[in-house]
Amino acid sequence: MGQMNNLVYLVPLFPLLGFLVNGLFRNQLSKGLIGIIGSGSILLSFGVSIALFLQVKSGGAIPVHSLFTFIDVSPTFKIDFAFQVDQLSSLFLLVITGVGFLIHVYSTSYMHDEEVPHFARYFAYLNLFVFSMLLLVLGANYVIMFIGWEGVGLCSYLLIGFWFKNDNYNYAAKKAFIMNRIGDLGFLLAVFWLFEKLGTVNYSDVFANTNKLTQADITGITLLLFVGATGKSAQIPLYTWLPDAMAGPTPVSALIHAATMVTAGIYMIARSNILYTLAPFTQAVVAIIGLATAIFAASIALQQNDIKKVLAYSTVSQLGYMFLGLGVGSYTGAVFHVMTHAFFKACLFLGAGSVIHAMSGEQDIRKMGGLSKYMPITRITFLISCIAIAGIPPFAGFFSKDQILAAAKEVNPFFYYIGVGGALLTAFYMFRLYTMTFVGKFRGTHDQEHHLHESPMAITFPLIVLAILAAAGGLLGIPEAFAKNANWLESFLAPIFDGSTKLQKVHPSEGSNEIVLMAVTSVIIIAVSVWAYVKFKDYQTNEEEPTGFARILANKWYVDEIYDAVFVKPINAFAGFLKNVVEKSGIDGIVNGVGRLVQYSSRQMRLLQSGMVGSYILFMVLSIVVLFLIFWNQIQIVEFLQKVF
Amino acid sequence: MIPVLLIVIPLVTGFASFLINNGKGAKALSLLSSVITLVLALVAVYSLGSKDLLNYDAAWIPALGSRFSLSMDGMAKMLCLLTAVSLPLVLTATYKNNYSNPGSFYGLMLLMQAGLMGVFLSSDALLFYFFWELALIPAYFLASIWGGEKRIAVTFKFFIYTFVGSLLMLTGILYLHFKTLHGASFAIQDFYHVKLTHHQQFYCFWLFFIAFAIKMPIFPFHTWQPDAYEQSPTAVTMILSGVMVKMGLYGVIRWLLPIFPQAVLKFDHLVIVLSVIGMLYASLIAIRQDDLKRLIAYSSIAHIGLMCAAIFSNQQAGMTGVMVQMFNHGVNVIGLWIVADAIEQQLGTRKFSELGGLAQKAPGLAILLVVMMLANIALPLTNAFAGEFLMFNGLFRYNMWMAAIAGVSIILAAVYSLNMVQKIFYGKTVAATEHAVDAAFNIKFSLVLLVIVILVLGVYPQPVIKLTEDSVQAVLAKIISIKVQ
Repeated sequence: MGQMNNLVYLVPLFPLLGFLVNGLFRNQLSKGLIGIIGSGSILLSFGVSIALFLQVKSGGAIPVHSLFTFIDVSPTFKIDFAFQVDQLSSLFLLVITGVGFLIHVYSTSYMHDEEVPHFARYFAYLNLFVFSMLLLVLGANYVIMFIGWEGVGLCSYLLIGFWFKNDNYNYAAKKAFIMNRIGDLGFLLAVFWLFEKLGTVNYSDVFANTNKLTQADITGITLLLFVGATGKSAQIPLYTWLPDAMAGPTPVSALIHAATMVTAGIYMIARSNILYTLAPFTQAVVAIIGLATAIFAASIALQQNDIKKVLAYSTVSQLGYMFLGLGVGSYTGAVFHVMTHAFFKACLFLGAGSVIHAMSGEQDIRKMGGLSKYMPITRITFLISCIAIAGIPPFAGFFSKDQILAAAKEVNPFFYYIGVGGALLTAFYMFRLYTMTFVGKFRGTHDQEHHLHESPMAITFPLIVLAILAAAGGLLGIPEAFAKNANWLESFLAPIFDGSTKLQKVHPSEGSNEIVLMAVTSVIIIAVSVWAYVKFKDYQTNEEEPTGFARILANKWYVDEIYDAVFVKPINAFAGFLKNVVEKSGIDGIVNGVGRLVQYSSRQMRLLQSGMVGSYILFMVLSIVVLFLIFWNQIQIVEFLQKVF
Repeated sequence: MIPVLLIVIPLVTGFASFLINNGKGAKALSLLSSVITLVLALVAVYSLGSKDLLNYDAAWIPALGSRFSLSMDGMAKMLCLLTAVSLPLVLTATYKNNYSNPGSFYGLMLLMQAGLMGVFLSSDALLFYFFWELALIPAYFLASIWGGEKRIAVTFKFFIYTFVGSLLMLTGILYLHFKTLHGASFAIQDFYHVKLTHHQQFYCFWLFFIAFAIKMPIFPFHTWQPDAYEQSPTAVTMILSGVMVKMGLYGVIRWLLPIFPQAVLKFDHLVIVLSVIGMLYASLIAIRQDDLKRLIAYSSIAHIGLMCAAIFSNQQAGMTGVMVQMFNHGVNVIGLWIVADAIEQQLGTRKFSELGGLAQKAPGLAILLVVMMLANIALPLTNAFAGEFLMFNGLFRYNMWMAAIAGVSIILAAVYSLNMVQKIFYGKTVAATEHAVDAAFNIKFSLVLLVIVILVLGVYPQPVIKLTEDSVQAVLAKIISIKVQ
């Protein structure tokens, strides 16, 4: 046990070293070596993560391990650089390093056309990304989590703007960082609040002392933390950065959308579950925002034609489901969906990358079609993931989504119906995407058609692994309705959510009823999927702009435009007003005015210097009287004058 | 003895430098002098040798009761170290710049350093005032002789503005002098024990505060600063913004808080509101700047505003944060100026509208600036994070809403800082950057040193916290005792 304890720091250390080596020696290393260092470091972390996971599985949480004192101001203000490996973090470690490793392997092929220094830079950033995410989940207090929290924000900025010659990409990168920072401010304020009330931010101390917090404290803290989560995990109102984040290389999207970054918000709330369970108001807010985001983003995905944009909005939507799960108290369900989503969404994005490569950079699905003939592996893995994300049994997404929806039904039946509605949208847009890409006739140019090919091993191998996980991942959490105590994940995570479980009302599960409901929804989802397939299988290229409601959806409800008009432009104009008017003519004007006034009056005063002693004495007496009136009760002035004269 | 040397070495070499006519000799002499000073400062920081080495006391102007007394507590050590670190860095980074009349230029730089050291070391009010002016006057000449086109008007304003502040402070010092026991002492300890009525405290508070507020500067006393930073030679700007603004903050902590605690507790709200307004105001203006130097200037005003607000929150975390940040802000802002100078010297412009795509031509400089930029926005694991985190914390304890409003500046900081990087380094190359090359070795070398400091203190900020612990305790003890009453 003691030995494992010492291994914890190795998990983030390997990616950090990978970052340093590839970053510092980017001009010296060969591409092969860069790829090996980049992927190898994550593989090593994955190995350690497995060991840690097994340790936790058999022996429970590993005691908190402090590397050094980060900030120590006073006994009630001490922050340790400490790591905590328990059931929750060990699971996340596996997902981050496991899926992360596959994405690294994939990248060695995908990014092969980059020049060596940029190839190295890419892997350095990727490793730094994983490093930050590992800090985020390993931290034993909110400050270490925040370090990782901002770290992933930075890395997403660096990677989204990886091709920095393109100004649009730079804007997307900047947008991601700034949107995230807005959320980060909320997170920070919550941390300050905890410090003020409890004098600690260690998870164990905070969760053990919730009785020292008033209801207002808990509600305030949880709401502020949730503001942070809406930024990082792309929820309304801060979600707009995520769809733009696809400006980065495609594997980066896979990393952001699946293994890292966007899951941070879910992790944070799952980690703080006891606080949220104690704050029903916040829970309601979380559930409603999550559900709203799920539906809203799904509606946008219906009308997107960029293969990556559809996937991006589907991520936002799926994250909404996870927040719905958190909001209704199904913490396990949310974590479960994080995991299954990591599998199928990574597979989908990497599949999209494979398609984009084959299509020589084309991302518009209207110009694809019939690719299954040329790319059988990409196609089959993509299809499996589509089935999984749509929620068709027995693939992974079915189980995790079902767990969330079942919990939502207990809290509020409307949540359930709306949630199922969103699942139908998901099935529709995903099968629209699949069908338009892989089925029917090829609609691209002859050049493109000539070039079509299946991707090499480094790309197909990760796809296959992820597809298997997307297919079978649901076994981790078999619903109670199917078999008693078969939900492995539920029992594994039980120690983490123990406090919340005790506080939650226990509903007797209506086994048979639930199975019927599941069967019905599954049939409808399959029907919708088939409908989408039939509708788009003979799709003809159609350059016409959509009209009416479709147009609103195609333009993403004009949210970017609204933000621009309501926030960006007015702030810019206000800043310009401050710069050009207030600063120049106002404040500096007054300063210069005072200067001029002095100059002017001294010119006038010069006239007083008439050389007549009498007038001098007059002024002197007058001044003394004035001074005396000002300081009349302060006898010291007299002493002062005595000294001076 | 060490404090005396910290002042005397730059003073003597400074005067000697006036006699040297060739540039190389003056550069070498000043670099040598500044390195020796740095070594001495490090000795002091690590308290090698006995404690007596850190204090010095001798007769100075007996007729007035003023003594040449210097002492070094944690805060003084930290600020002397900053002063000692910055000069060699600045000299290295600007080594290839040539100035007319180099002997005088470097001489004045050294005199300015002597003045700064004196300010941070004096424990006699008159001596403090003397050094306060000694630091200002070389800065004035440096800016007005070697500065940009508008230097005359701008430096005149700078001088008058800060000098008005100085005179107010002098009035306050004299007033307190007469209030000491027997009216015969300028010693800081006697000032601490001066008995003042509330009204007297309130008047005197403003005499000192305005002087410090101009120096820092905080809103709305700041308008001299962007002009002065823009027009001064960059080497001077580095010292002005890296070290000299700390004089104002230092003055508040060393003199204002302990002498007028009641007034501080009365006016804290007003000062904090001004500071927070200043933070947002300067950040917003920074967003609209097209000039790299002015952007850094406004960004610096925003950062100083936070420090001032944190001081007046009178919380342990916040005050510790100020200590940490005084050092780190110096390091970071000097780094930004070095990049600004490197760009201006090579490309002849610092306008964003005339720059772009530089990362393709100068990848080394790009990476270094990105790190500087990240430190400027206080990203965790850069040096500024611990300081800002603590300061916001202090402000939060003072007033939650104030912290939330002030916190908007961290978003705005990201906006203007990312804008800066994007407009200079990203995108396609333009006419000015088409034939650019990467920064010279001396520039990269100094930036790499700064980056190392940024990362080391970012991961492990404890050394600065520990170093200044005693000063924080001392100043807060005074305030807390008043609060209890």
